[in-house]
Amino acid sequence: MTAPSLPNTGRYPAGGAAFPHRDLLGLAGLAPHELLYLLDEAEPWVALNRQPHKRAEVLAGLTIINAFFENSTRTLLSFEIAGKRLGADVVNMHAATSSVKKGETLIDTALTLNAMRADAIVIRHASSGAVRLIADKVDCPVLNAGDGQHEHPTQGLLDALTIRSALRARGETGEPFAGLKVVICGDILHSRVARSNIHALTTLGAEVRVCAPPALMPAEIEQLKVTPFHDFDAALAGADVVMMLRLQLERMQGQFVPSPREYRHLYGLTLDRLARAAPGALVMHPGPMNRGIEIDSNVADHPAVSLITTQVEMGVAIRMACLDVLTRRARGVEGWA
Amino acid sequence: MISAPLTIINARLVLPSGDPVAGALRTEGDRIVALGPDVVPAPDDRVFDARGQLVTPGIVDLGVFAVDKPAFHFGGITRAALMPDQGPPLDHPARVRFAAQSGKPGLWVHPLAAATRALDGSEIAEIALMRDAGARAVSTGRAWIADSGTMLRLLRYCAMLDLVVVSHAEDSGITGQAVATASEMATRLGLPSAPAEAEALAVARDIALAELAGARLHLRQVTTAAGLDLVRAAKRRGVAVTAGVTPAHFMLSDTALAGFRTFLRLSPPLRSEADRKAVIAAIADGTIDVIASGHDPRGPEDKRLPFADAEPGMAGAETVLPMTLSLVRDGVIDLARAFRLLAATPATLLNVPAGVLAIDHAADLAVIDPDRPWIVDSDKMAASAGNTPFDRQPVQGRVTALFKGAAQVA
Repeated sequence: MTAPSLPNTGRYPAGGAAFPHRDLLGLAGLAPHELLYLLDEAEPWVALNRQPHKRAEVLAGLTIINAFFENSTRTLLSFEIAGKRLGADVVNMHAATSSVKKGETLIDTALTLNAMRADAIVIRHASSGAVRLIADKVDCPVLNAGDGQHEHPTQGLLDALTIRSALRARGETGEPFAGLKVVICGDILHSRVARSNIHALTTLGAEVRVCAPPALMPAEIEQLKVTPFHDFDAALAGADVVMMLRLQLERMQGQFVPSPREYRHLYGLTLDRLARAAPGALVMHPGPMNRGIEIDSNVADHPAVSLITTQVEMGVAIRMACLDVLTRRARGVEGWA
Repeated sequence: MISAPLTIINARLVLPSGDPVAGALRTEGDRIVALGPDVVPAPDDRVFDARGQLVTPGIVDLGVFAVDKPAFHFGGITRAALMPDQGPPLDHPARVRFAAQSGKPGLWVHPLAAATRALDGSEIAEIALMRDAGARAVSTGRAWIADSGTMLRLLRYCAMLDLVVVSHAEDSGITGQAVATASEMATRLGLPSAPAEAEALAVARDIALAELAGARLHLRQVTTAAGLDLVRAAKRRGVAVTAGVTPAHFMLSDTALAGFRTFLRLSPPLRSEADRKAVIAAIADGTIDVIASGHDPRGPEDKRLPFADAEPGMAGAETVLPMTLSLVRDGVIDLARAFRLLAATPATLLNVPAGVLAIDHAADLAVIDPDRPWIVDSDKMAASAGNTPFDRQPVQGRVTALFKGAAQVA
């Protein structure tokens, strides 16, 4: 797409061409300028969210349905707050059931939500590809809030925004991601957070290392333009950002990892280990944390290195940006209709 | 029903070897009685003019999951070996006897007896009683028998009964809940996956046990280079092992999974492009003996689901012929070999006098226009469900008439 004149900074095309997608199902395949556009769109919401009065009326009159087929506390809350701060009517649907095999009901639910004329649907589901399946059946924009082990795009975006704002707060100028050394450590195999982060960070120019024991490392991961490590200490050498992933406790009882303490022994982020990273390295975790297993409390709570609460803050702003951008066509925003 | 003898004239007869022979084919009752360039109809014969089209043996489809007559007739299939994975499984003589009658007269169903009770892989089923009720071979079903002791006892028993054991070659300990082959694509999509070597492990063990037992083993689908190498080596040393495949594994690789399309959820899963090419090479060099449809029609209840939650399987009966003919057009095999893969070898393994155009063999005959173009359309299939992995694909080759036991059925 070639835009003849760009009223903005020139980093992305004008109007709706800046983000020409109906849905946000994943970060794989998005162009660098599309990712940056969403990050930039989140900045005003970061500022708004720091004001006492946090409400904009951008989405007034619109209905957003958060359809969560898998349990979630923080992501659901984050999306709910984001929608409400934009003035939308937000409805949460908890359809999480562990025992029921969701057969046709998944499609039926999608058709039901569609018939209720939602203006955007936010979906989390335990199966990879499930959100896309629903998106194909509804008429409104769909945001993926996590599908199985596939993608969690708003998490990838909020992590990028967190890194960028931390580096800028330090006074660093220039391209924040170019050559940035990021380590993602933990259960890469089962992690949609890892996949979305890999797509976002490599697209933006970062050098991404992934670290996991063999049983938790996906096949041919190097095809995603990352460097795999089994040795956490080696992966940490010179790293600018250390992103720890949650390891489900049931995977630490002999099937993938012998025990939580053995996992901590090899892959726990301690202050001693963190010293191997670059000076001033930043620590992130998507939460919820297993304190004392993948990350020690004195790291997670360290005000100089830990960005964990900033991630939560940026999450709301990113979700506001995504809801705003994806509903612009329906709202008839100039340049988007 | 005794009707007048049938003679098909102006045919290009596809014989077990060599190029098609122009001529005619004459039947009496349900058998072929004469064929060749000099055959002419007798005065009272029914005459069918093939107008220069191919006349081939009806396809003997080794391993289908449903009796789906319209799809089989569309695809040129006159006999189908029914997998024991039915509800309830074919693990009882009465069910085998019922299944063996279920398609007649237009379609002959050859049941494959469940190797183990309820197909659970532990207790050997009443195989001799099922054989005498009409089972033509024994099958482990969709699953591998994980217990090597059980598999050895099964193979020895079936060797005694002179029945082929049809095995599913995937080591279940490795595959677990996998729905894709471990690869870049599975990693990108976040699908539960298992290394392709799960197949070679199972192939190696089953061949070793078959050799030990002196049994005849048919690996229903061998889809990887490593698995095929093991089959090739075993054949070289004289083991009675044969291998099959379905068109999915020589037409498609796992890059096709990108859209999470559940019509591509298959068992075994789609493999790498290198493995796909290895399957074609194995068809060319004779390592693969059988091409089957794997026909497994599945409706939206089973397929309109997230990929990993969907059931495996494809509606393959209508496309097995054109996909195999594409190998002929590409020069991988000749027509005679195509029909050995589709009909003659399966008939031999099932020990039925069919699958070749030869005197005294069943007059199960397909009239085929090998060049006729058409487009596969999942919304317009003859099958009971449209779950084809080849949706919207243009293909060539269509059955224009089909005879079962000399009676025209399509």
